[in-house]
Parts: sequence; C-alpha cells; structure tokens
Amino acid sequence: MSAALPSKTSPRRISWAVIVAFILLVGFLVLLGISLSRAQSGPPEVGDTAPEFTLTTFDGQTISSTDLAGKVILINFWASWCSPCAEEAVDLEQAWREYQPTGNVIFIGVDYVDTEPEALAYLNEYDITYPNGPDLGTQISRTYRITGVPETYLIDASGVVRGVKIGPFTSLAEIQQFVGSAYAP
Amino acid sequence: MKHIAYTRLISLALTAGLLALAFLLPPPPALAQQPTPSDDAVNAIASQLYCPVCENVPLDVCGTQACAQWRDLIRQKLADGWNEDQIREYFLTQYGDQVVGAPPPRGLNILAYVLPPLAFLIGLFLVLRRFAPRAPANQPAPIVSDEAIARLEAELQQRKADASMEDE
Repeated sequence: MSAALPSKTSPRRISWAVIVAFILLVGFLVLLGISLSRAQSGPPEVGDTAPEFTLTTFDGQTISSTDLAGKVILINFWASWCSPCAEEAVDLEQAWREYQPTGNVIFIGVDYVDTEPEALAYLNEYDITYPNGPDLGTQISRTYRITGVPETYLIDASGVVRGVKIGPFTSLAEIQQFVGSAYAP
Repeated sequence: MKHIAYTRLISLALTAGLLALAFLLPPPPALAQQPTPSDDAVNAIASQLYCPVCENVPLDVCGTQACAQWRDLIRQKLADGWNEDQIREYFLTQYGDQVVGAPPPRGLNILAYVLPPLAFLIGLFLVLRRFAPRAPANQPAPIVSDEAIARLEAELQQRKADASMEDE
C-alpha cells in the first residue's frame, strides 16, 4: 500500500514570444503566397473585366479608362528600343486614322520603360498621332501583367477585354479584324 | 614735325576711343561649365540599377539597347548637374521599384527590412531562454499526510525486520 503523491506536472504555458513568432511566420507566408499568386497569374484574358488605368501623355493630357466608358479602347504597349514594335507602328497609325473619325474607338499607346527623347523620336519617325504616354512607375504594365512588348489589348464599350495580342500585328487587316471583334461600324 | 604731331594725336585718340569702347561694352555672358561625365561616373550609378527588360542584370554590364539608352540618360542627368540620389529617385519614379537592387523602405517594402531582424531577435530570445541556466525552484515541499508517513515508516520497519530474519 502506498499513498498517492500530488503530481508535479502542470499544463505547459505557451510563451508570448512563440505566439508572436508564429503570427509573423504565418503573415510572411500569406504575403509570399499572394505575391507568388500575382506573379504567376498572366495577363487579362478575353472575357475578363479590363483593369482600370490612368495615363498622362507626353503632351500632358490625362486619360483615364473610366472616362472612356462607352468607347472601344485599344491599348498598345510599346518601347522605342523594341524592334517588333516598329514593325507594327505604321499599320497601327493607319488603323487609327481610319477609326478616329467615328469617335467610338480610341487608340492609346503606353510607352514601357523607355527614355523620353528616344520615345518622342520614335513617335515622330512613324508619325504616330494617337495619344501616347510613358508608363510611369510601370504601373499600367504591372496592372495588365504584360509579358513583354509589343502587347495589345482591346476593351469593348462595356469595359470587357475582347482581344489580346501578344507580339506585333503583321498587317493592317489583322488590326482591323482585331478591332472588329469589339466594334462594328 | 607738324605731320608727326598730328599722326601721334590721331593714334592717341584712336587708342583712347578703343579703350572707352572696351569699357562700355557689356561683358560676354558666362556659360555654365558642362564637362561630359566619364564612363566611370555613369557606371557608378548604373551599377546600382537593373536592366528594365532582362532580369537581374545590372545596368552597367547590360548590353541591350534599353540599357544603353538608360546609361545615356544617366550621363545626360549628370551633365545637367543632378546628383546620384536625384538620378536614383528619378529612375524609381519613372520605372518603379524593380529598377533598384534593394526596395526603397516605404509601404509594404518596410516589412523586408523589419521582419528578418525581428525574426532573428525572437529566435535568439527563444534559444537563450531555452538554454539559459535556471535558478533553483523555490517551491514548498509537497505536503504528505501524517497517515502516509506513518504507513511508510511501518513498511520500512517491516522490511528491516524481514531482512534481519533472512540474515539469521
């Protein structure tokens, strides 16, 4: 026979430092997950709602996509150092001159990580007259998650992406067909 | 003799006139000195920036046309009298945070500077706490009832008696 002695063990207390470390670790992993998810999600696809953007053109005009609601918008990402961009520049300008009188279609050029003197020289060389401006802080290209230049997006009058072109257009007819998917004169 | 005197008088008048004209004319405008920045000066800044189109390639060793344009831009800014910080800030504004090797400490970027040392300090604290020598616990002895003590003593006595009997 023997008497039972009181137990020396007590419930283990979790240190506040462990709790803080755990919260920090979880928070860090969540942030990492969000960043990875964003990085791996590609550009907007046909049928997606087009991301909003605001562009200040080289001549100081501010263009907001929300102000253009009801119009078909063609956004072309380009750069002066990009040779394929030059291949489509003339055709894009020609298409713009066809659509501009309708007032229902607007072309916008977004100059990606470029230097202004070279960008202006490029616009002058190809006689480009539709609104163009630098992508300040690469905000618009990051919003559209572009994978390179040239890339072109077509947004219909209700703000839905109707066309995505990765790489240069090879002809005026191709641009007309592209715009035609969202606009019928 | 009279002819020589006239000639000297005329030359003196001409000299005086030219001197007066020189004093009256405004000085030519002083132009700012704009020496062309050296490649070393350009590369010192370019080495802290990264190529906009190829990943993880510093601007000073990048061979693309975009990088060449950026280096020309740095040279132009230096020639215009901009300092290193101004040029760096200009590139950040124009092209975003990805042009610099380390993100500027603002917004969510601050986490990149705060979290690692904080995690290290917490880890250090936990390790020290785990392995630090502990002071002897100043706990009261467990309370055992008199009855239990009496039973233990009786049992001990019994065992001693059993042991002595076995020896005999």
